[in-house]
Amino acid sequence: MTNTVISDLLVIGGGLHGCSAALFAAKRGMTVTVLEKDEVGQHASGTNAGGVRRLWRDIKEVPLANLSMEMWKSISEIVDDDCGFQQVPQVKVAECSDDMELLADRVALMKKSGFDHERLIDRNEVLSLLPAVNPRVEGGLVSDDGFALPWHTTAAFARKARELGVRIDTRTEARRIQKDGNTWRVTCSDGEYVGAHLLNCAGAWAGQVADQVGDNAPVEPIAPLMIVTQRMKPFCDCVVGTARRPLSFKQMANGTLVIGGARLGRVNTATNRTDVDFSELKHTANTARDVFPIMSKAVIQRAWSGIEARMPDLLPVIGRSEKHENVFHAFGFSAHGFQLGPATGKLVAELIDTGQKAPEIEPFGIKRFSAKPDHSQLLGM
Amino acid sequence: MSSVDLGIVGAGPAGLAAAVEARSAGHSVALLDEAAHPGGQIYRNIDHAGAKQFELLGPDYAYGKALTKAFGKSGCSYLPKSSVWHVEQRDTGFRLSYSRDGRSHGVDVGSLIIATGALERPMPLPGWTLPGVTTAGAIQILLKASATVADDLVLVGSGPLLILLAAQLVTSGYPPRAIVETVPLKNYVRALPRVPFNASGLGYLYKGSKLLARVARAGVPIFRDARDIVIEGTKRVEAVSFRSKGRAHRVETMSVGLHHGVVPNQQITRLMRCEHVWDQRQHAFLPILTEDGETSVHGLFVAGDGGGIRGAHSAEIAGRLAALKVIERMTGESQAAVKSLRKKLKRDASVRPFLEALYPPFSEALVPSDDTLVCRCEEVTAGQIRDAVRDTASEANQVKSFLRTGMGPCQGRVCGLAVTELIAEASGRSRNDVGYFRIRPPLKPLSLNELADYETEAQ
Ligand SMILES: Cc1cc2nc3c(=O)[nH]c(=O)nc-3n(C[C@H](O)[C@H](O)[C@H](O)COP(=O)(O)OP(=O)(O)OC[C@H]3O[C@@H](n4cnc5c(N)ncnc54)[C@H](O)[C@@H]3O)c2cc1C
Repeated sequence: MTNTVISDLLVIGGGLHGCSAALFAAKRGMTVTVLEKDEVGQHASGTNAGGVRRLWRDIKEVPLANLSMEMWKSISEIVDDDCGFQQVPQVKVAECSDDMELLADRVALMKKSGFDHERLIDRNEVLSLLPAVNPRVEGGLVSDDGFALPWHTTAAFARKARELGVRIDTRTEARRIQKDGNTWRVTCSDGEYVGAHLLNCAGAWAGQVADQVGDNAPVEPIAPLMIVTQRMKPFCDCVVGTARRPLSFKQMANGTLVIGGARLGRVNTATNRTDVDFSELKHTANTARDVFPIMSKAVIQRAWSGIEARMPDLLPVIGRSEKHENVFHAFGFSAHGFQLGPATGKLVAELIDTGQKAPEIEPFGIKRFSAKPDHSQLLGM
Repeated sequence: MSSVDLGIVGAGPAGLAAAVEARSAGHSVALLDEAAHPGGQIYRNIDHAGAKQFELLGPDYAYGKALTKAFGKSGCSYLPKSSVWHVEQRDTGFRLSYSRDGRSHGVDVGSLIIATGALERPMPLPGWTLPGVTTAGAIQILLKASATVADDLVLVGSGPLLILLAAQLVTSGYPPRAIVETVPLKNYVRALPRVPFNASGLGYLYKGSKLLARVARAGVPIFRDARDIVIEGTKRVEAVSFRSKGRAHRVETMSVGLHHGVVPNQQITRLMRCEHVWDQRQHAFLPILTEDGETSVHGLFVAGDGGGIRGAHSAEIAGRLAALKVIERMTGESQAAVKSLRKKLKRDASVRPFLEALYPPFSEALVPSDDTLVCRCEEVTAGQIRDAVRDTASEANQVKSFLRTGMGPCQGRVCGLAVTELIAEASGRSRNDVGYFRIRPPLKPLSLNELADYETEAQ
């Protein structure tokens, strides 16, 4: 390819966030091109646990998560596909009385901030929501959340974006990013792309993209581990976690159990390679069995992980570049960005198109990582 | 966690020969296999076989006795009934995780020889998932274990194993009701110039012709050049219908044995991300190997049919060769036998071009009709796969994400090659570009209890 593709907006990264922002930008009448070095949804967005969770989010993320939840409820209207979304309760069980205190403190904090979607429930209510749960639980915290099919969701956003005129070039890695007057010129293996605006949705690779435009972003690539079991008779129709031990547990429509729990595998972002570490996953298996004794009958079918971007404060970077008016970021979702896909895309498109920054994304500016000058060097120490 | 110089997975001729070789040089060896006894597919159960089985299975089977005997005396640490569910690279070599009697264990090995052999090529024909349909390999396992089989079996397909099985069934007193052979007549013409005119090659052909003669003498009808094959039935198999030499036939039966060749078992080499390449003659992916069987991953070897289908004798030679390479690495001394083994391996393979030309996979099963099931676990048809390709998926892993093919209990062991084939057909891309499923651990279904109780570092 020798000719240059020119667009209003160039998006780097064809995960859920890149596709969602592209879709909403196209709806606003912009011409959009998405550059994806692998395939759409190949990384975090297609391999995650599918949790559409608001429960227990950092308070700064709650307004954005709430907006996203409203969008999930009418996801078919956005992408003409139900994305396998199911609205179900998300329950965090307390395994001891200390846990109950932790949950009660959380509810108090939420109330103070004006949020009431997280509710403390007692042991009986947990048992009626989760008949198969370990009867020793003390109680729990519940909110009205849900889950969806990650790969299908990302594919649906990409399909809809294409229908709206977005060009998505896969197997196309943005290698060199240069400022060219008022526009950005991105060189890929087989061609050049020019955009009036640039959006960095490069997930675990976003640090390198930020670096090229002069922004500092301490992105750490991680590989959260997941297990899926063989099919079992339906026994759980909530998404379940625990107060203290990391767990994300759900039963899919086909009867399989999808289980994660913040345990990490090994990752190499240069080769896209992730390795499952069973000495880590055994802890996840243990927690799942403690919470649901019936899991001692489960058979593990497959384990996998995906490549995700983690920030030091576990919050995403969403907003305008520190250095350039026409560069934007949406990355670093720190293992909980699937739920945020619809709302983030919508608000980022709005920001790019109108310059209006919605209050929901206010807390996530990249400035919080701006490189401080190193005084020790100045002083010659 | 115990540790040894060399780990071997698979107790067939390749694995056993490798173990004996490495032990005779004094290295510590652990050999793991799912079966309860050594022997692999070909010499399955040989240490416990009765006179009846030996008579039935013939001298090629009895040959294995010497191998298992040498293995028994070798001092190799043998782990039967052990199913390897994960292999990881470590600084010092590899770690194998395996399940035995409901508990998981680990063993660290310096070098690793994969000798897990071949799998039968799936044969997705209309009706192939009906109860009563099995494979030639499964029938042979029955013969070796108990010497009993169904008495109205119709064998469908082609290849040396099918003929061998038919002959063994004749000897057992349960001759098959019919053989529906899928070899197009033109293949005989194509194979003729590839007849191997050397002692080893002619020896194989002579054996084959004797088997065929035995089947013919027993009066088993052979329908040649069969096509348009449909396995009929509602709740189970009732009949096989097909055309042979232009005429329509229908053979009633309750049991069908399918077979159209075997392909390398690539689960471990794929898990380890060894490089593979499509081999048009074997019509399968093969791991890329050095002359002595080393993969693209340093210290990881493949011996036997897992590296390309060459049969039991070659497997034994390749096992020894790989072990000698491992010994060379460990001792730093070159091994005198290497050269002659390489030569032997070449000679033994001389019959392959003939067999490959005569018995390629059956085209109707390679690219099945739209409504034929391809992935049994997730119930995906050939038509759905073609639709997915039309919907922009043009790689095996995209189709997997899209349709869940290969995500079920068999992990793609059954449908993997069929999916690659269908995508290649529908997209016009090469099989190397279409690729193969990414293999995820555990390689075998693993109980959650086992994982939860798996002590990886302590002990
Ligand atoms: C195992 C796992 C479980 C998870 N579970 C949940 C959950 O239950 N709920 C939840 O809300 N979140 C979950 N997450 C997090 C969620 O998946 C991510 O936060 C979200 O998908 C991030 O989307 P993204 O588009 O930013 O990143 P990605 O999907 O990783 O997309 C980034 C894309 O950018 C491409 N790219 C990078 N550099 C370049 C370049 N130079 N040129 C071109 N393309 C480039 C990459 O190839 C990649 O496809 C989980 C994550 C994982 C890994």
